[in-house]
Amino acid sequence: MTAVGAGEVAFEARPAAPAPPAAHRLALRRLWRFKWGVAASAVLLLIVASAVFAPLLAPYSPNTVDIQHRLGPPAWMEGGTWEHVLGTDQVGRDLLSRMIYGGRVSLLIGVAAVLISSTIGVLLGLVAGYFSARIDWTIMTIINVMLTFPFVLLALAVIAVLGPSLVNMVIVIGVADWPLYARVIRAETQALREREFVLAGRALGMSHARILFRQILPNLVSVIVVIATLQVARVIILESFLSFLGLGVQPPTAAWGNMLGEGRVYMLNSWWIAAFPGLAIFVTTLTINLMGNALRDWLDPHMKV
Amino acid sequence: MRRYAVRQLVQLVVVVVGISMLAFGILHVIGDPVLLLLPQNAGKEEYERYTKLLGLDKPVYVQYWKFASRAVQGDFGKSWYTDTPAFKLVLERMPPTLYLTTAGLVCALLIALPLGIVAALKRHSFVDNLCTMAAVAGQAMPIFWLGIMLIIIFAVRLRVLPASGYGTWQHFLMPAFTLGAFLAPITMRLVRSGVIEIMNMDYIRTARAKGFAERTVVSKHAFRNACIPVITVLGLQFGQLLGGAIVTETVFAWPGVATLVVDSIRNQDFPVVQCAVVLLALIIVAVNFVVDMIVGLIDPRIRIAA
Repeated sequence: MTAVGAGEVAFEARPAAPAPPAAHRLALRRLWRFKWGVAASAVLLLIVASAVFAPLLAPYSPNTVDIQHRLGPPAWMEGGTWEHVLGTDQVGRDLLSRMIYGGRVSLLIGVAAVLISSTIGVLLGLVAGYFSARIDWTIMTIINVMLTFPFVLLALAVIAVLGPSLVNMVIVIGVADWPLYARVIRAETQALREREFVLAGRALGMSHARILFRQILPNLVSVIVVIATLQVARVIILESFLSFLGLGVQPPTAAWGNMLGEGRVYMLNSWWIAAFPGLAIFVTTLTINLMGNALRDWLDPHMKV
Repeated sequence: MRRYAVRQLVQLVVVVVGISMLAFGILHVIGDPVLLLLPQNAGKEEYERYTKLLGLDKPVYVQYWKFASRAVQGDFGKSWYTDTPAFKLVLERMPPTLYLTTAGLVCALLIALPLGIVAALKRHSFVDNLCTMAAVAGQAMPIFWLGIMLIIIFAVRLRVLPASGYGTWQHFLMPAFTLGAFLAPITMRLVRSGVIEIMNMDYIRTARAKGFAERTVVSKHAFRNACIPVITVLGLQFGQLLGGAIVTETVFAWPGVATLVVDSIRNQDFPVVQCAVVLLALIIVAVNFVVDMIVGLIDPRIRIAA
């Protein structure tokens, strides 16, 4: 047997290429392209770590009331002390500790709601994109109706019936936020449905479920990851808004949204109570968005998300 | 054009029916109106009496039909809290919401159009990068926080603008800017990518070859065509804009529909919430329809593709 692979011949025939840059320099150059995303991920990691290790990091318990030191300003302002770096709120609770604990609530709700909505959205999107026109039409009509509603309005309407609580909010956001995933996944599935590997699978007699979950779904993982990441930021903003109105996480549980809502009353003299929790929301959503954008460019720059 | 209009109209009817089902379902499927209406200590007999009184012992489709046929006539029942028709309460609060939405839209366009065009014409320049960064930051900004920061700076510290309320043009400035800042980032990105795409078109090259001044090329040839995607998306974003107006209203105590909805939720006044949700959704659907028609008129490709 003297079979020589075509590849070998081609390899020998190829003219000498310029020496490629060393692997680690290539990796560094690539990382530099995503410098914003990398920096944002590092900051986000810090925020997540501070939420996870809140009991170790927070100088005080989030609900310890110290009425004598109420409305204390941040350390760098006149009258502030380093005992309460970011100052205290209207009943003397340490603002920094409450912010660290508040991050737990926001991140937890963000991730939990996104898990629910992405599961519903991906399933319906796959079904709509893969099966007959009638099923597709039904699901698309539901999607259009849901997308017509402002997300906030839908959430408010459901909270009005269910009553405000943390669990209800996760359910509401999770159930209301799926159409976005479904729309994108449907379009992607329609494109993949006619591809050779799917046709081959069908010719081999694979079941629809197997084609959907083992052949089509793996191709959509990067799209789903990118949307889900960006949605965590949106969910955190919505959750904060509902809590800000007093229709979300209920006091005394510290959440960025309800801290901001409570602080609003004292904004005439004690601006810091409202300012810092809002800043925490802003920095968190900003870093999540930057990370999501970088993730998209890294996985597939042509992704339409 | 007529076929296109009929098609959009059919879709509109389907969406309106869907919205009415959703609004009905939220109260009657997720919740139990009798439990919401009765005091906590009510007994089983009273519960059953009220169920019968409200017609809730009938099948769901009968109830829905009753709800829908009344809603068409503008009858959403009486407010449980003030005993006036819910429809009247909501309608009274509608103008401030629409004024705020319009002011926010104008504000967003004032920010987004010039910045988007400049960013597109000077791609990868310092200005472009700055605009992109501002857009990323703007999209992450919780607007209720932005509103509060504006109040702290301009009303509490500088004392130049009223902190909340409604009436004079000064009352409009901060809410309109807050809402504008919510919509501006996405609009700017669309204007930018629209202009970039169009500047590479053949007819732009032709216009340049004919010797038109660059300003004429940009304003007459590029900008007009770049308007199409912007109008489309602004129409689609109208729901988001109204959502943003809901948030803005609650921050500035604006006497619009959103503050009414939030107050009604606190009072467990469900007919008012239901009526407000349906009316706001109808406005969004109507705006989307008008936008579709306008775009179909400007651009024949769209009505043929549909």
